[in-house]
Amino acid sequence: MAFLNDDIRKQITEIFEPMKKNVNIAVFVQESDCESCEDTKGYMEEMAELSDKLTLTVYDMNADAEKAAELNVEYTPAIVLLDENNKDLGIKYYGIPAGHEINSFITGVLEVSGAGEELPAELIARIEGIDKPVNIKVFVTLSCPHCPGAVAKAHKIALLNPLVNAEMVEANTFGELSNKFNVSGVPKIIFNDGADLVGNQPLEEFLSTIESL
Amino acid sequence: MGLDFSLSFSAEEMSNKLDTNTIYDTIIIGGGPAGLNAALYAKRKGLNVGIIADRIGGQVLDTSSVENYLGYKYLTGEELMHKFEEHVKEYKVPITSDVLVKEVINNEVKEIIASNGKTYKAKTIIVSTGSKPRMLNVPGEKEYLGRGVAYCAICDGPLFAERDVIVTGGGNSAVEAAIDLAKIANKVMLVHRSDFRADKILVDKLYGLKNVEVYLQTQIKEIFGEMLMTHIVALDKKSNKEIEIKADGLFVEIGYLPKSEIFENLLALNDKKEIIVNNKAETNVEGIYAAGDITDVAYKQIIISAAEGAKAALSANDYINKLK
Repeated sequence: MAFLNDDIRKQITEIFEPMKKNVNIAVFVQESDCESCEDTKGYMEEMAELSDKLTLTVYDMNADAEKAAELNVEYTPAIVLLDENNKDLGIKYYGIPAGHEINSFITGVLEVSGAGEELPAELIARIEGIDKPVNIKVFVTLSCPHCPGAVAKAHKIALLNPLVNAEMVEANTFGELSNKFNVSGVPKIIFNDGADLVGNQPLEEFLSTIESL
Repeated sequence: MGLDFSLSFSAEEMSNKLDTNTIYDTIIIGGGPAGLNAALYAKRKGLNVGIIADRIGGQVLDTSSVENYLGYKYLTGEELMHKFEEHVKEYKVPITSDVLVKEVINNEVKEIIASNGKTYKAKTIIVSTGSKPRMLNVPGEKEYLGRGVAYCAICDGPLFAERDVIVTGGGNSAVEAAIDLAKIANKVMLVHRSDFRADKILVDKLYGLKNVEVYLQTQIKEIFGEMLMTHIVALDKKSNKEIEIKADGLFVEIGYLPKSEIFENLLALNDKKEIIVNNKAETNVEGIYAAGDITDVAYKQIIISAAEGAKAALSANDYINKLK
């Protein structure tokens, strides 16, 4: 079954054209207890066909437990975007990045490939100045138009500072996790499993929250 | 599992952004119906025009269905905005989105200082920054924001499957939100402090739904909960008694506030903080125009905003012609 129609394929192919470096999409699935694993795998297979700079590696959460541990993958389906040297830059998606999240996925690919947005120098300096490990979880729903913006900001911070990792979490797929963090509005952004922000806040807000941790 | 994909950017958009070295004839601040239509009209008049926006599509993106835009019987808000956007992109208008404007400086050449650290220049500016959801301003609202209190039914609705939710407001957005949520939630209670001002066709539809209860003349006083909201207390104005309504969520749909903060010291605003414009969409500052929900023009509707955007562009064009 094709997930992406010809129109979208063509558009994405064009969007991927500025990619500078190779990106490896690492997908983690498991055979049972994962409703959207099969779809996520199929969708990513189609995505990987849209640029010769994209490769795909599919891992099984159980059989490849070591790899999952290395990349800190805790749930399935998960997608980790690895750079040309298969290095983990801290950019992850839990749940299928379909619906509006196709945009945060594409942004992630471009960023990892070196064709991302340029930030003002002062913001880069603030991000590089983060001196402690930070985990950012961005809870989303696939019908939320302003969620991909929040995901992209979290990923950007992760990309610019090796101490930061950031993940999209699709709230409906991970109901337990959403309940744990009292998610009833998206995007909800959780820092180090504590401090939170609601809504697609400016990058400065992300940084102020991180600096106050 | 039916998957759909809402691709919202294109290769062209990524390469066709506003340039800091150009002095544009007009820069439009805002990417909703007013801004997009202003871009179309300005470009067709031959102006060198660009758009800077928080998000292309604006608030209409958060609207599940649009049934009153002439020519389209039914479209989702997103579909309508994609049509607008595609139309504008046909004309290769440069767009810088995901960016907020921090300040506008009214020199001979006007300067727009953006959150991406860049400054853009133009001879005229069209302000179409729109509005943001109005808050209830009751105790508990801030505490339970994202813990039950929500402002975007299409975003947060899926999190309330099989739960009980309240929608507050009496206009079209509130009634539409209630109708949409009734498809997902166990029970929807519409609580509004006065009577409906929504279109009759929508109100009739709402009353036809089995899992909807309506509380008119009922004013929300406070929101309570523990980690998540659990209930509200409201005043039933007919009996003058306080009532408690249990719910897991509260969707606030009580209208909008203009996003005019950055213009407070530059443009004349009315007491609602809307930019005052005349019948040519001119503000009190020469060369600055405003259109859409940000202005004091009556009735906040997609078609009205779009039309006002056209007026602003035509006025800007007249002004540019006089400069020549």
